[in-house]
Amino acid sequence: MNEDVVRLLSPEGERIEHEDYPLEADHDQLRAMYRDIVLARRTDVESTALQRTGELGLWCPVLGQEGVQVGAAHAMRSHDYGFTTYREVGMFQVRGVDPVELLHLYRGISHASWDPREVGLGIFTIVIGSHALHSVGYAMGIQRDGADDAVLSCFGDGATSTGDVHEAMVFASVFSAPVVFLVQNNQWAISVPVTRQARAPLSVRAAGYGMPSVRIDGNDVLAGLAVTRAALDRAREGGGPTFIEAVTYRRGPHTTSDDPTRYRDDGEVEHWASLDPLDRLRRYLEAEGAIDEEFTARVAAEAEGLGERLRAAIRGMEDPEPLGMFDHVYVEPHRQVQADRAAMQDYLASLELR
Amino acid sequence: MTQMTMVQALNAGLRRAMENDPKVLLMGEDIGPLGGVFRVTDGLHKDFGDLRVIDSPLAESGIVGTAVGLAMRGYRPVLEIQFDGFVYPAFDQIVTMVAKHHYRSGGITRMPMVIRIPYGGGIGAVEHHSESPEAYFAHTPGLRVLTPADAAEAYVTIQQAIASDDPVIYLEPKRRYWDRAEVDEVSAISGSPWTSRVLRRGSDVTLVGYGPMVRTCLEAADAAAEDGVSCSVIDLRSLSPLDVEPVADDVRRTGRCVVVHEAPVVLGVAAEVSAQVTEQCFFHLEAPVQRVGGAFLPYPPNRYEKHYLPDVDRVLDGIDRSLAT
Ligand SMILES: Cc1ncc(C[n+]2csc(CCOP(=O)(O)OP(=O)(O)O)c2C)c(N)n1
Repeated sequence: MNEDVVRLLSPEGERIEHEDYPLEADHDQLRAMYRDIVLARRTDVESTALQRTGELGLWCPVLGQEGVQVGAAHAMRSHDYGFTTYREVGMFQVRGVDPVELLHLYRGISHASWDPREVGLGIFTIVIGSHALHSVGYAMGIQRDGADDAVLSCFGDGATSTGDVHEAMVFASVFSAPVVFLVQNNQWAISVPVTRQARAPLSVRAAGYGMPSVRIDGNDVLAGLAVTRAALDRAREGGGPTFIEAVTYRRGPHTTSDDPTRYRDDGEVEHWASLDPLDRLRRYLEAEGAIDEEFTARVAAEAEGLGERLRAAIRGMEDPEPLGMFDHVYVEPHRQVQADRAAMQDYLASLELR
Repeated sequence: MTQMTMVQALNAGLRRAMENDPKVLLMGEDIGPLGGVFRVTDGLHKDFGDLRVIDSPLAESGIVGTAVGLAMRGYRPVLEIQFDGFVYPAFDQIVTMVAKHHYRSGGITRMPMVIRIPYGGGIGAVEHHSESPEAYFAHTPGLRVLTPADAAEAYVTIQQAIASDDPVIYLEPKRRYWDRAEVDEVSAISGSPWTSRVLRRGSDVTLVGYGPMVRTCLEAADAAAEDGVSCSVIDLRSLSPLDVEPVADDVRRTGRCVVVHEAPVVLGVAAEVSAQVTEQCFFHLEAPVQRVGGAFLPYPPNRYEKHYLPDVDRVLDGIDRSLAT
């Protein structure tokens, strides 16, 4: 990994002081972050297994990227709002999205399932880059409310090539919107390396929009916490947007349908495994005396319980009632939807008579 | 009652909606101090300020995409797309995000947004300024599509569109922007905009149009009357949902139907109206439903407009084809 990144925790788990990002995280918060990574990882492993046994249509693994995700989500206040992609399992965990609800999408029974107002995270869209604009609009709404909330907008390195991300940067900067762009540069957009998206570090782009940027070690949960917190605070105080590039790596396949052996070496994956975000946090916490065997065993047991709960909820889950697909196309009744629903109802009734 | 152009009526309707609801805000290119290229937002920036009348960067996807976020935060954005031909950069946000969001969210998050688009030809404009993209939007579940035919309609329906909790594509027939009508600014807004309007009852042929073609249909009905042919005239007004029932009711009496629009006829709104009328009135029809509209070509250079656009004679020709069967 390039060394020009903000890093507060070395791969060996040693604390590094950074003059721009002093961090005081108490042991409770550090333990909470450890637990969140472990549980997010469990959701990840369990979901892949459920896909492999045919219970889910698809899953998007997160392994390797949980550090910045959990750190950044811990930087958010409860009233802050986040927009993510499909891959932010660490953030879903921190913000309290029930993983069972998350899996409804991959089970194919709903397009999204949680209530954004409860967790302060918008439902994600699979369309790459689109939500960067939604983030900025939401932040413009915060400005108009006169509130001191801020928005965290997450997307991948591939997304930075889309027009919508460019337009989002323009709107955010000219309106000084309280939004932080957090790019997880995981080196790959499916099979396409980041060098096909940009010839210079992604963070360099921010300067063209008149926006400060920071490159951080994306496998360092403390850097994710400290840098995102500073950027969110700057945004909420009227300082405008910040662009954070978190340098990290997607160690698993893009999705359960992907075959990464076709485009990358095992050596690369092994190298990044040695930079694992959970390992380094654990080493640090052990050295600090913030966790002990009893704590790690308790978290491991909790993860076991989560796995069991997911399996029990998803396996053999009933398909929804057919007429449910007509719900919520519109808020107010729409003649065409009503007509099509009635026709489907009649057709289904006719099948029962046959 | 006040005499107003459609531009003035839209301006008055926007102003009233903004006065009634502090969550209503406007965004678009050049809509601030300039008042929009057609002056529909004239004076609103001065009276409501920067936070509610937003001159946006020149980026249509950005306008619609940020409006999605504003709607999520509880605002009711009313957007201006400068011309029909420039809505396509925002097409993805409209079709993929705005239209589907309430559905995708399981009914939790609403998208109360109005996207105003001046549309249609007849003003001698350069290319990309005369298009009729309504079928794309009417074909998209989740959107509502409205188009006013005159100033009185514009004043009322723009307010109803803003009050709708569903997203509305609001198509303004720019060639009728300067037509005047009596506008009632005093009475409370009532009735549903999602219905067709029967403007005239005749006995021989049912003429169906919307937006810019309503006036053309009325003029054609006058001309036909001189030849002893009595026409009904129906303004569809709402293209999603379509309200074909009043058309079908009328066709059951007349037995003949002519549907008119500027957009290419093939796979257009008239095709759907024709199919539904045929399904509902098959045994009452004396002739196939006739369609009058644009040919299957990009909007031509404006010196061809007089041949491309349906006018009174083209509508009369459609009536003749119907009567000939
Ligand atoms: C607009 C769009 N184009 C293509 C795709 C198909 N697709 C899904 S994920 C992906 C790669 C995204 O890469 P990146 O933004 O780096 O995020 P990552 O998946 O690596 O987290 C592609 C091409 C899509 N979902 N949306």
